[in-house]
Amino acid sequence: MPDSDPAVLLRGAGRRYGERAALRDVSLELAAGQTLVVFGPNGAGKTTLLRMLATLLRPHAGEVRVLGRSLPDDGYAVRGRIGFLGHEPLLYRELSGRENLRFHARLHGVGSERVEAVLAAVGMDRRAGDPVAELSRGMVQRLAVARAVLHEPELLLLDEPLANLDPAAQAQVAPLIGAGSGRTRVLTSHDPAGGLVGADLALGLKGGRAELLAPAAAVTPAQIAALYA
Amino acid sequence: MRRTVAAVLGKEFALEWRTRESIPAMVLFAVTTYVVFHFGLNRNTIDGDLAAGVLWVTLLFAAILGINRLFVAEHEQGGFDGFLLAPVDRTALFVAKALALFGYLCVVELVAVPAFALLLLGPSLGQALPGLAIVLLAANAGIAVVGTLVAALAIQTRARDLMVPLLALPLLVPVVLGASQASAPLFDQGGAAALPGDWLTLLALYDLLFALIAYAVFDFLLED
Repeated sequence: MPDSDPAVLLRGAGRRYGERAALRDVSLELAAGQTLVVFGPNGAGKTTLLRMLATLLRPHAGEVRVLGRSLPDDGYAVRGRIGFLGHEPLLYRELSGRENLRFHARLHGVGSERVEAVLAAVGMDRRAGDPVAELSRGMVQRLAVARAVLHEPELLLLDEPLANLDPAAQAQVAPLIGAGSGRTRVLTSHDPAGGLVGADLALGLKGGRAELLAPAAAVTPAQIAALYA
Repeated sequence: MRRTVAAVLGKEFALEWRTRESIPAMVLFAVTTYVVFHFGLNRNTIDGDLAAGVLWVTLLFAAILGINRLFVAEHEQGGFDGFLLAPVDRTALFVAKALALFGYLCVVELVAVPAFALLLLGPSLGQALPGLAIVLLAANAGIAVVGTLVAALAIQTRARDLMVPLLALPLLVPVVLGASQASAPLFDQGGAAALPGDWLTLLALYDLLFALIAYAVFDFLLED
């Protein structure tokens, strides 16, 4: 990707589910290394946007470019460069955390030493042998964070990444998925104050439309609260 | 591709070992069905065409149970997304799942075929075994390929339990026909006759044809 290319570029992007438009005419540019925070009430299109950027959903309208490649045609070229953390942890419940990460590591061509490193980084090395079904939701979320960064992606797509995490766990995963991770990030949040911390750009979605798009520093909590009204 | 197939296959066997959801159900179904046939036909032994038909219809219905569950973990636990996010050839998922189903069928038959011989078969199984093993492998390959394709299609629908038999049974009729016809001479009362090559060829052609179809269309089944 040339340095001049934005990490994420949307021009009139849209997505439908049957007749219902989940995302309509969304345009934005996010430079490499920057963070975009997406606000909006339930059903506003946040998850659809993330899944579209992750190549899991095809855009139905407009232009979508991720890491300099056009989607959906070049999806194969960007998949290994994206880390996706959605509402589901994408972990098999009957397998242990270590087995799950080793499986994903093999899919991404990553060595097992990296698995141990991320397990230690999220503080799950001592419970890594337990089946995921026996772990608390917070522990599962920490494993999901480990899975998302296992292959050291350039772009992180994070859907409410701190859900289920206590303050200590939030601090623990911050170097991996926080603003200090050095990665380009697109994250969703319902927290007006917390969500803006470390963000460069803020997008407010309502009914699939971009109601707000501005530098994060210029956005007020009142503007975000209006999206939920 | 080989690395991806090995990874998915390893995960598949680990999950089956932990949950024991597919193979025990398939074995139990097959053995129970042979017991029901034993009493339902009101005969102590069967041979020839009837024996071959009973063996293969039972194995086919047992296979449907495994096909039904083949993509459940992917669907319910986000396995599809996890796989689709990786920079891998998507056909590897098909190959791994088909190999897993093939493996399940072989394990089921290790129990079901001796149970069939014990409960129903008149002629000795020993003489028929080498030929029967060839027919079993050829038929398993066809069931695995078509079953994986059908399972991937049905898992996207709400009526998965209905869709699998509705789609798989008609598609697998040639397998049952070919396998039954190929096996029947092996179960002759006078001793196992030679394997009929034309029916084995039909099975092999069926396997090849559906493997090619699956290779061509499987990517589209995973597409959003």
